[in-house]
Amino acid sequence: MSTTDVKWVLVATTDSRPTLVKGSRASRSTISLKLMMAVSGLVFIGFVLSHMYGNLKAFGGEEKFNDYAEHLRTIGEPLLPESGLLWILRLGLIVSLVVHVTSALILARRARAARPVKYAVKKNRHSSISSRTMRWGGVTILVFLVWHLLNFSIGKVNPAGGETDNPYTLMVDTFDLWWMTIIYLVAMTALALHLHHGTWSAAQTLGLTNTAASRTRAKLAGWVLAVVVAGGFSLVPLSVLLGIIEK
Amino acid sequence: MNLTLNIWRQAHQDAAGAMHRYHVTDISEDMSFLEMLDVLNEDLNVKGEDPVAFDHDCREGICGSCDLMIDGQAHGPEVTTTCQLHMRSFTDGQEITIEPWRANAFPVIKDLIVDRSAFDRIIQAGGYVSANTGSAPEANSVPAPRDKAMRAFNVATCIGCGACVAACPNGSASLFLGAKITHLGELPQGQPERYTRVVDMVAQHDHEGFGGCTNIGECSSACPKEIPLDVISQLNADLRTALRQGR
Amino acid sequence: MAGSTLHDGTTPLNSASVQTSDDAHGYYTPGENIVDAAAPTGPIADRWTTRKFENRLVNPANRRKLDVIIVGTGLAGGAAAATMGEAGYNVKSFCYQDSPRRAHSIAAQGGINAAKNYKEDGDSTFRLFYDTVKGGDYRSRESNVYRLAEVSVNIIDQCVAQGVPFARDYGGLLDNRSFGGVQVSRTFYARGQTGQQLLLGAYQAMERQVAAGTVQQFTRHEMLELIVVDGKARGIIARDLVSGEIETHLADAVVLASGGYGNVFFLSTNAMGSNVTATWRAHRKGAYMANPCYTQIHPTCIPVSGEHQSKLTLMSESLRNDGRIWVPKKAEDCEKDPRDIPEEDRDYYLERIYPAFGNLVPRDIASRQAKNVCDEGRGVGPTVGDFRRGVYLDFTDAIARFGDDGIREKYDNLFDMYARITGENPYEVPMRIYPAVHYVMGGLWVDYHLQSNITGLFVTGEANFSDHGANRLGASALMQGLADGYFVLPNTIRDYLADGPFPAVTEEHEAVVAAREQVESRIARFLSINGTRSADSYHKELGQIMWEYCGMERSEPGLRKAIDMIQQLKIDFWTNLKVLGTAESLNQSLEKAGRVADFIELGELMCIDALNRRESCGGHFRAESQTDEGEALRHDEEFAYVAAWEFGGDEGQPVLHKEDLIYTAIEMKQRSYK
Ligand SMILES: Cc1cc2nc3c(=O)[nH]c(=O)nc-3n(C[C@H](O)[C@H](O)[C@H](O)COP(=O)(O)OP(=O)(O)OC[C@H]3O[C@@H](n4cnc5c(N)ncnc54)[C@H](O)[C@@H]3O)c2cc1C
Ligand code: HEM
Ligand code: HEM
Ligand code: SF4
Ligand code: F3S
Ligand code: FES
Repeated sequence: MSTTDVKWVLVATTDSRPTLVKGSRASRSTISLKLMMAVSGLVFIGFVLSHMYGNLKAFGGEEKFNDYAEHLRTIGEPLLPESGLLWILRLGLIVSLVVHVTSALILARRARAARPVKYAVKKNRHSSISSRTMRWGGVTILVFLVWHLLNFSIGKVNPAGGETDNPYTLMVDTFDLWWMTIIYLVAMTALALHLHHGTWSAAQTLGLTNTAASRTRAKLAGWVLAVVVAGGFSLVPLSVLLGIIEK
Repeated sequence: MNLTLNIWRQAHQDAAGAMHRYHVTDISEDMSFLEMLDVLNEDLNVKGEDPVAFDHDCREGICGSCDLMIDGQAHGPEVTTTCQLHMRSFTDGQEITIEPWRANAFPVIKDLIVDRSAFDRIIQAGGYVSANTGSAPEANSVPAPRDKAMRAFNVATCIGCGACVAACPNGSASLFLGAKITHLGELPQGQPERYTRVVDMVAQHDHEGFGGCTNIGECSSACPKEIPLDVISQLNADLRTALRQGR
Repeated sequence: MAGSTLHDGTTPLNSASVQTSDDAHGYYTPGENIVDAAAPTGPIADRWTTRKFENRLVNPANRRKLDVIIVGTGLAGGAAAATMGEAGYNVKSFCYQDSPRRAHSIAAQGGINAAKNYKEDGDSTFRLFYDTVKGGDYRSRESNVYRLAEVSVNIIDQCVAQGVPFARDYGGLLDNRSFGGVQVSRTFYARGQTGQQLLLGAYQAMERQVAAGTVQQFTRHEMLELIVVDGKARGIIARDLVSGEIETHLADAVVLASGGYGNVFFLSTNAMGSNVTATWRAHRKGAYMANPCYTQIHPTCIPVSGEHQSKLTLMSESLRNDGRIWVPKKAEDCEKDPRDIPEEDRDYYLERIYPAFGNLVPRDIASRQAKNVCDEGRGVGPTVGDFRRGVYLDFTDAIARFGDDGIREKYDNLFDMYARITGENPYEVPMRIYPAVHYVMGGLWVDYHLQSNITGLFVTGEANFSDHGANRLGASALMQGLADGYFVLPNTIRDYLADGPFPAVTEEHEAVVAAREQVESRIARFLSINGTRSADSYHKELGQIMWEYCGMERSEPGLRKAIDMIQQLKIDFWTNLKVLGTAESLNQSLEKAGRVADFIELGELMCIDALNRRESCGGHFRAESQTDEGEALRHDEEFAYVAAWEFGGDEGQPVLHKEDLIYTAIEMKQRSYK
């Protein structure tokens, strides 16, 4: 290479692509956080669907319901120790929850910082209520979850004061109290809203809604999941309260 | 018609601002919103009060300079730019609140004027095709499928006004970003840099302090050029690909 | 086609003109003729190639040491900044908007010409050249126009490579259409937003250089003075519009790409901030202003609706391809709903007078005829002033042929825009249109290198006078802006910069200090007058004078009257202006005052130029120069020259320098569209 060639390389500006943000990587972007939320959200969707299916066994009576609970603990045996698969699932859920909640927190903080001065008047045009209440909805679900686990899983608290080792009785006792049912129904409303937007949002975040048709489908899926999951969950408490399901 | 205006006044970037009340009379419904403000300013000038500063240039809906939050809606109640909004969209005696775009990345410079140079820097980060002058091949040597070219055109009509940011509850510029990613990503000429472009532009977007997108959709309904939400899906999809490629 | 035969390109086909009339006597001082326009010689097709080769190169290592200031970020300035940056020069780019992307080029709708001959319909570089010279009524320089036609094809290649989304056909190749009365399909377009897409291409290329560090961008900066040191342009004084700070920027060369001054008419299709300040300040420093009276009036704008109107909106001329223009035959029908006026009571006047071209006659003819029918009292729409100023542009036939959807596909955004502005639905009621000032062919005088008579000061795009003669064909300003920015300027300025870097100038140099003080004292003066009227109100008044007397039709008594009125207005302006606020902050009234002050001075010069040019040519009609049938009459033997005006001092008179237009490739012909 002659000396003039060297000089040319030095002044040519377009040989290298300038990067403004040093060390920018796809994995460090807000969109990556969103992708993690979407994936963990999908895990939750899978969980609530199957959990709801399990709950509906209550209509088959005490035995069926408890068998199902028992079955969950014994699948995989003897390959896996007792409750092995359950723990694997639980672990997956815990990790997802940590990821989902942490990402939600980071994104929410970013969003708050992105608009430090609020508008005196602000109207929304076409966005759904569900889309604007994701954060509150998420917190509601989280609070509910803590109570729910104390109630049914970790704590086994029977607010009616009855038996606690029998899942079926525990459940029926709980929902025989009208205020417990209300708590659950409120939580289910939050879940419905969360799923209504969350499903479409996850599809969009995953980049699956590039056409008007796919967007319509994703929105429809949001509606269906919201109604099916929240409706399906609500059937059991309502039926208990109305006396359709009894001890 | 006669109107009452609540207008945000702020002397400069570091000054404290406040809403002020003004009255304008004899406004004809064929006037544009900015012509109505011209009347106010002419009036203030006569009275010896500092006229209200606002950005505007082409006054035909294409330069993207004008940017007012009118009664809580970016560019006001119609789907158009502020300069193309006409007074026939208002009624006699109405009270109208006028504020600047609110976003941390768009600091207020004076009154209703904000600094949108963050958008320039997002483009600088990668919103281009590296094609040096004189190095271009014959234009028809690379055909571009018509439907893709149409989609590219449709989203390339973004005027960089920032209404999407102003309307987004998260202060996100994802629609603006997605429009450019989709425009260049749909054309054969945009392919070589497609995945570095998305990483760099998203990094700059985040760096500027815009919020993350939670797919609320207010942006698209405030966008005077009706850029559809699927550009955000495209943006996410391209980022996901970049992530997979380890960029 | 007669006249399109290639001449040898060396023997003159006309002799220098001799002016016998002297209408502007007493308003100007005659000056020397311009003899050196760096004009190339030889066969026309080789001139540019030869010149590019002759122009000296700048060693790449030296380019970093050369500072170039570019004022303006439209097609001309943006493209130049990108290209000069890529080449490795140190570029400083200025615009008054908050982003380079908002330059007024963004508003161009229709399209851009290029002699690609993709349709194999007989187009060629020579035909584009020929059409452009003829369209400009033989008042442009043939070498410049030929070069423009020649590089037009490279522009399209360049833009496509940048990702400009031009319209394409089903095979994925570029589509083009015929535009504004031209019989070949050579106009490339991106729906009705061609200017926007081209500008974004240039803007993105420029932003890439900003990231690379070769281009520094100064947005919200207004150039207020040119710095001339030892006869060379060496920098500018600019005001930071946010802080109010007066800044000095020094360089080895200055490029003005600051756009057109159509806003001198107050109502025009230009952006609110479009101004003449950059070029006018250079003019006051010695740069010649050429053909200032050449303005183009566009026939398809939305009519004025009332007193407070701040600007006019253009609708693309492409509408004339499918719309039919008419007014009622009888004045008493003018108030009626157009749909109730039967066919036999309508006057499709363009089709009637010009059967061969019909609704597609050139812009100036379409505009003048619209004014004529309105002056006859047959205009439609609201009465503004004394007349109804509007004619119908009717799509009923086209809608019947193509259906609502067919029309929507072609003109969707234009129809929407019309509906939004007027509140009427053009799918149902015929549109109303009226002519408006749209473009100026006049501008700073430049030679073949785009260099003004001030060494080191280059002028590109609409800001110079160069390529369109007395009239501009549709789709050719975009072509010129990009030709200048991407291909011409970078190849001509290097011949000048090859001598650089020039001896350093410091901010303490007396010429720099003087320029700075000039700016500061002018600003102080605006703020201290403390009269009663806003700058805007003066602008409006000036606009009315200009439109009335120096618009579509001009006459000797009218122009004399206008000059008197402007001189009065100028005195009043400097005694009765009111500008509030301070110089040390964002102050839009102050910005406006500076622009209006320059417009007033320019307006006077435009009227003097118009008065001197006692001929009807291109875009303007001179009442004293018409045929028996009332058509425009040109006087080549008197006026085939460029009128380049030198500033004669605040108290003195402008000095007229003439540059003869000699054709070697095309013969001049009176035009006829009948
Ligand atoms: C509505 C409309 C439609 C048009 N349609 C077409 C069409 O279809 N086809 C066609 O060929 N042509 C068309 N034209 C004409 C064409 O768009 C313009 O002539 C061309 O774009 C001018 O480009 P430019 O780069 O010279 O200037 P502009 O794009 O006007 O840019 C001027 C630049 O200079 C800057 N500037 C100005 N003054 C100062 C100052 N004092 N200090 C600092 N910066 C300054 C501005 O900020 C801006 O960046 C149209 C024009 C209009 C108005
Ligand atoms: C069973 C429980 C849950 C399910 C099924 C679920 C599901 C989802 C889904 C699918 C999304 C969309 C992700 C995306 O936009 O790509 C989402 C978003 C969100 N979730 Fe959950 N989630 C659950 C629990 C929670 C909890 C416990 C919290 C918080 C504490 C929470 C907070 C949020 C927030 C704030 C969002 C919106 C933010 C965003 O879209 O970026 N969620 N959720
Ligand atoms: C009305 C609705 C619901 C009913 C009746 C219900 C009932 C139950 C019951 C009976 C159990 C104990 C199962 C066992 O120990 O085997 C349980 C566990 C659990 N439920 Fe629910 N549930 C409901 C809604 C929900 C919702 C909406 C969520 C999540 C957002 C949820 C999350 C869980 C979890 C995480 C466990 C613990 C599982 C484990 O131990 O691993 N439940 N639920
Ligand atoms: S996407 Fe729409 S709202 Fe956002 S900047 Fe572009 S045009 Fe404006
Ligand atoms: S409103 Fe905001 S959250 Fe996303 S979809 Fe639009 S950017
Ligand atoms: S002023 Fe240009 S878009 Fe409104």
